[in-house]
Amino acid sequence: MINLEPVTRPDAPLARRNPVAKLAAALLCSFILIATLDPVTPAIAIAFELALLPLFGVRLRVLARRAMPLLFSAVGVLVTLVLFAAERSGRILAEAGPFLITSGVLITALGLVLRMFAVALPGLIVVATTDPTDLADALVQNAKLPARFAYGALAAFRLVPLLAQEWQMISMARRARGVDAGRNPLARLRLFGSTAFTLLVGAIRRGTRLAVAMDARGFDAMTPRSMARRQHFGRADGLLIAGAAVLAGTALTVSIAVGAFRPLIG
Amino acid sequence: MSAVRLRGFGWRHAGRKRWAVRGLDLRIEHGERVLLLGTSGAGKSTLLAALAGLLPEDSGEQEGTVEVDGRDPRTAREEVGLLFQDPQTQLVMARCGDDVAFGPENRGLPAEQIWPRVDEALRRVGFRYGRDRSTAALSGGEQQRLALAGVLALRPSLLLLDEPTANLDPAGAALIRDAVATALDADTTLLLVEHRLAEALPLVDRVVVLAPGGGVQADGTPQAVFAAHGEALAAEGVWVPGCPTPLRRATTAAGTELLAADDLALPPRLASISLTVRAGEALAVQGPNGAGKSTLALLLGGLLAPRAGRITATAELAGADARTPPHRWRAPALVGRIGSVFQDPEHQFVTTTVADELALGPRRTGRTEAQVRATVDALLDRLRLTALAEANPYTLSGGEARRLSVATALATAPRLLVCDEPTFGQDRRTWQELVELFAELRDDGHGLVTVTHDPEFVAALADRQVRLDHPLSAP
Repeated sequence: MINLEPVTRPDAPLARRNPVAKLAAALLCSFILIATLDPVTPAIAIAFELALLPLFGVRLRVLARRAMPLLFSAVGVLVTLVLFAAERSGRILAEAGPFLITSGVLITALGLVLRMFAVALPGLIVVATTDPTDLADALVQNAKLPARFAYGALAAFRLVPLLAQEWQMISMARRARGVDAGRNPLARLRLFGSTAFTLLVGAIRRGTRLAVAMDARGFDAMTPRSMARRQHFGRADGLLIAGAAVLAGTALTVSIAVGAFRPLIG
Repeated sequence: MSAVRLRGFGWRHAGRKRWAVRGLDLRIEHGERVLLLGTSGAGKSTLLAALAGLLPEDSGEQEGTVEVDGRDPRTAREEVGLLFQDPQTQLVMARCGDDVAFGPENRGLPAEQIWPRVDEALRRVGFRYGRDRSTAALSGGEQQRLALAGVLALRPSLLLLDEPTANLDPAGAALIRDAVATALDADTTLLLVEHRLAEALPLVDRVVVLAPGGGVQADGTPQAVFAAHGEALAAEGVWVPGCPTPLRRATTAAGTELLAADDLALPPRLASISLTVRAGEALAVQGPNGAGKSTLALLLGGLLAPRAGRITATAELAGADARTPPHRWRAPALVGRIGSVFQDPEHQFVTTTVADELALGPRRTGRTEAQVRATVDALLDRLRLTALAEANPYTLSGGEARRLSVATALATAPRLLVCDEPTFGQDRRTWQELVELFAELRDDGHGLVTVTHDPEFVAALADRQVRLDHPLSAP
């Protein structure tokens, strides 16, 4: 189950920053890290991010639990690359039948895994420290996103947990109709498809009803919307974005200085 | 000030052959409280949508005129508030206060006026929790109460309620009726659509009945309308107060045992329970919301594996398969023995026409095509669905969908039928048909387990009752 509830201490100095500032800082870090292929830049970035964790009020254990799916995909990347990488330069470390593990392969794989974590961590921190309502408010007030988009997405988001329940219900209802797949993998695939279709039809109907109910409360009114909750974007928020830029820049500079930098393009 | 004028009003949704409403002439004066009746498909919901200005000009074809305070409702939106059936799809925000503030924000009310209005609206509906309460942590009745507060925060002078209690259990429905009663003031015009008349009547001073073919069939004070049209309305499916429903208790003793549950439990959804299900007996399972009634129905239906205790089928029900628990049976074997009817009929629809839907089960259990056709025709006829044989199941009305979902469970002639709230939100006519059908099945020696909140249903049909308590309060 995906858990997106905030888990921060609300008084943590960086967790209290404007959601848009946090989002911008996270995107900045992620974009710079996507630009390089070497393992040094993401390693430095991860070190920075983990060091700043207490300022966000997020406990490492909580973050690790949320990063669990990432951990699994990291192992997947590692295994795939070690087994199937085309380029097998560097020193030979181990040889088993057709598989050749070289230092070059390991460094590439490590670089990929580190990049994955370095790119995802800022996002995880933002989600862990931000109330979705605050994010929608800030996106509308500070990032000037259309309210129709921000609050529409927020309302749809509330219906997501229902989907898991709904899936179980539809599967049981199919069985009650005499429909099951047994051990036939093709029948299983077909059943999965038709269950997913029913789920989708239900989700669209529910979404439509929600949209009509929102319009009935004036969501489609032409008058400019007012804001019951204020989100402030202050100097501290600007500094957070600037700080993120400085950290990402530092990581890049160190990487270039030690000669490890490998740009994505060129 | 909100008066409603309809002159020859009609609306046909784009792409439909039939008019949803037609030939409607109606005046509703400022401050009147009107109950709107009519069989399902008479266009009540369409009329409310029109009054709320929610039918865009390009979404269908209009006849005649509709006016709220002399204006087109599409331009009088701020005058009108509309509460729908389903609380789940009306709440927008994660916190209760924010949700009530959503409407006033949309209307551009200055921020300093919003929160006092939110508090006032919450107070008017008797909401028990603070603004910061999570909307997900509320019961269905409380959520609907909150949705009503969200409508009232806009201070509509015309309040439209579209079956506001249809999705709620009796306790939740009582919450909403109390909230509506306390929230109404002399300046609010009320238009209420509701099937359960006895509960709705204290809220209204006038009843308008829409004729199925278009126009108004009856109009006047509740006493006058029911004195003149009570029996006709009851025959059409309206729950007219004082019209008793016939009793259909078993005339013979219960037969052999079909299914036994021993210390069955699925914590935290269901506390431990033991019971037996017999042939020729209607068993009613009752209990408050959250007691695990639906979970019990799924367990007895062989759809869910118990975490503790066990379910044993007798040889009478399952033959040689009696040694394995029902949840391990293959689905085609299961549907020949135990039929399940879900609370939401749409969960169970698999095909694209009503006839195919009925044929699915018999085909799965290996009947010949001639047998399948005979079963389908008999069920279509028995449940008044013949005219809809080629219709898509998702386009059926609530009553039609319910009849179809019961018919699909019966198509494989299971010895045991397990139903979850089969009479929920049904009009009187469908209700009576269901009771009659279940009674016949029972008298033919079928076992029947019904999870229900419906006291009339229990009184009319149940031979034995089992009560579940909330798993957290059970010893």
